[in-house]
Amino acid sequence: MDKRAVFHHRVLPYLLVAPQIAITLVFFFWPASQALWQSVLVEDAFGLKTEFVWLDNFRALLADPEYRRSFGVTAVFSVSVTALALTAALLLATMADRVIRGAGAYRTLLIWPYAVAPAVAGVLWLFLFNPTVGIVAFALRQVGYRWNHLLDGGEAMLLVVLAAAWKQISYNFVFFLAGLGAIGRSVIEAAAIDGAGPGRRFVRIVLPLLSPTVFFLVVVNVVYAFFDTFGIIHAVTGGGPAGATQILVFKVFKDGFLGLDLGRSAAQSVILMAVVIALTVIQFRYLERRVHY
Amino acid sequence: MLKRVSRWSGIAVVAGLLVAGSAGAGRAQTEVMVWHAMGGALGEKVKALADAFNASQSEYRVNAVYKGNYAETMTGAIAAFRARQHPHVVQVFEVGTATMMAARGAIKPVYELMAEAREPFDPGAYLPAVTGYYTTADGKMLSLPFNSSTPVLYYNKDAFRKAGLDPARPPRTWPEVGQTGQKLQAAGLPCGFTTDWQSWIQLENFSAWHNVPFATRANGFGGLDAELRFNSPRHVRHIAQIADWQKTKLFDYGGRRNEATVKFTNGDCGMLTESSAGYAGIKRTARFEFGIGPLPYWPDVPGAPQNTIIGGASLWVMAGHSPSAYRGVARFFSYLASPEVQADWHQFTGYLPITRAAYELTRKQGFYEKNPGTEVAILQMTGKPPTEHSKGVRLGNMVQIRDVIDEELEAVWAGKKSPREALDAAVQRGNELLRQFERANR
Repeated sequence: MDKRAVFHHRVLPYLLVAPQIAITLVFFFWPASQALWQSVLVEDAFGLKTEFVWLDNFRALLADPEYRRSFGVTAVFSVSVTALALTAALLLATMADRVIRGAGAYRTLLIWPYAVAPAVAGVLWLFLFNPTVGIVAFALRQVGYRWNHLLDGGEAMLLVVLAAAWKQISYNFVFFLAGLGAIGRSVIEAAAIDGAGPGRRFVRIVLPLLSPTVFFLVVVNVVYAFFDTFGIIHAVTGGGPAGATQILVFKVFKDGFLGLDLGRSAAQSVILMAVVIALTVIQFRYLERRVHY
Repeated sequence: MLKRVSRWSGIAVVAGLLVAGSAGAGRAQTEVMVWHAMGGALGEKVKALADAFNASQSEYRVNAVYKGNYAETMTGAIAAFRARQHPHVVQVFEVGTATMMAARGAIKPVYELMAEAREPFDPGAYLPAVTGYYTTADGKMLSLPFNSSTPVLYYNKDAFRKAGLDPARPPRTWPEVGQTGQKLQAAGLPCGFTTDWQSWIQLENFSAWHNVPFATRANGFGGLDAELRFNSPRHVRHIAQIADWQKTKLFDYGGRRNEATVKFTNGDCGMLTESSAGYAGIKRTARFEFGIGPLPYWPDVPGAPQNTIIGGASLWVMAGHSPSAYRGVARFFSYLASPEVQADWHQFTGYLPITRAAYELTRKQGFYEKNPGTEVAILQMTGKPPTEHSKGVRLGNMVQIRDVIDEELEAVWAGKKSPREALDAAVQRGNELLRQFERANR
């Protein structure tokens, strides 16, 4: 006797997935197809004159040295933001996991920054580091260092990385804390009895058991650094000085919404989409192999 | 069941009443929708203007709505036009002029609007230095200048006194700025001078002030095929001079927009080149006596100083609305341009008056005596009739071109590129943007 439940409805399964499919179609496939179509057009801002230009927009972009440089800037920015946000969050989560008294208060405080809008986070950091009136810049001046991210590209990059990572740490923290909580005490205690110190326990036991969380967060953080950070760049540096913090997504925003050049902007978002798809595929193919569920 | 029906019918009745009510109001008053980008105190002033106009007559009702900053307002109006939900009037910043002008099917030129609405309109009553920016080569006004300003030199009189300089005599020329800056630094100031809006002041206005082209085809007024020219030896020398000063902090870069103002108001820099519209803000924050002088120039350039050009925004009328709404817009524009309204706006905001009558009225009211320095901007703009190099700048993709200029100038201030290299690169990159715009708007 077959015990499996067999559903004889032909339509019901489709109806059940229909809402999700509809949302994906309307909010992902439709805009993406619009971007694809727009990227092969040259159009004035009002849409009065439209010309089909094949791949001219892409050709012009890839011939632009500033645009190619933007790839390097994006790589540095994304890797730095992801690395900083993950390590800082992991450090804080392991600390918070060990706290016994007032744990709830610590956790709540550490989660707070996530509620801050990217542009606001950017402005907060900008005020701290403003070369003329910023309090951190002032403190640095007292110890003999003249902070000026308006002219120094490296300092500008450091500032936007700090602002972008700071905002993401809370999100990562929540996941790490949950992941740590899921690791059985008995395993760790057993290792401790066998003579493994805290460092060794962390590397040999905690980290491997945490790897699904790490993998998930790497994917999410890379996507965050690629897509969600233009508000911070916009508020803090505007891509400057001299293009030192001009990441790809900020240029999409700038050319499309400020410059009203929809064709080039769409072409850039298509390239960006391809890059992120490629990165995600690579992560799932190669990084996931080292994950133990 | 009965209950549900009655509830729905109740809603239907209410909705019907609302529709009927709004339709009734629509018959009595024609609504004119104005989208603007004036936040804070300026936004309240715009609302007061609209309210006063609405109270002055009963036929039309102007609804002034704040839509965010300049870029957001313009992008919003364009998106609305694509969806055919656009307002009657939209405030567009000066760098958007070429985009609006090129969109012939999307806008209604002001001269046409006034003629069709039979509204009295005399182009000769306006100050050509202000309206020229928004006028065709043959003198037809396309948009109504609303808030216009021009760059001037602010200087710290207290610091001048401390350095043994005459506080009544600001430096007139760039070499004098250098000498003055040295003396200010010798007296203990960390920086001599700084500038806001570097592209607008140090290149666009620099070109007009010295009567040299910023771009060919009369800075773009003559056609979309203009090419940038701001890498001439005169431009290079000016930028090289400032770059040289950056090394000793005689000049200190403060940011792309008006972030440098704070370096002046907190007393770090003794001089600042900034828009005349920055007056109110500086007056509020500076805890020292300050003066205003004209923008400095190079004395060895023949014909300098010519006249400076404006920045700010103008009101564009959008196409596709009813004649009765356009009559309302025309009436509102006449109201805005009337001497009393203009004089009040000019004195309240620090923006330039757009008509001669408003200027005369302000002078008669004794405003310039009571607020020394506020007349400098007007004198500087009206000193000589504008030439083809000093009428304004009308280039497509100007927002991105300014970004390119900002990037390249930052490379110069940081010592990463020579002034010549940077300006050549900016011209070359800017020309590509111009060709892109030309292609999209052919």
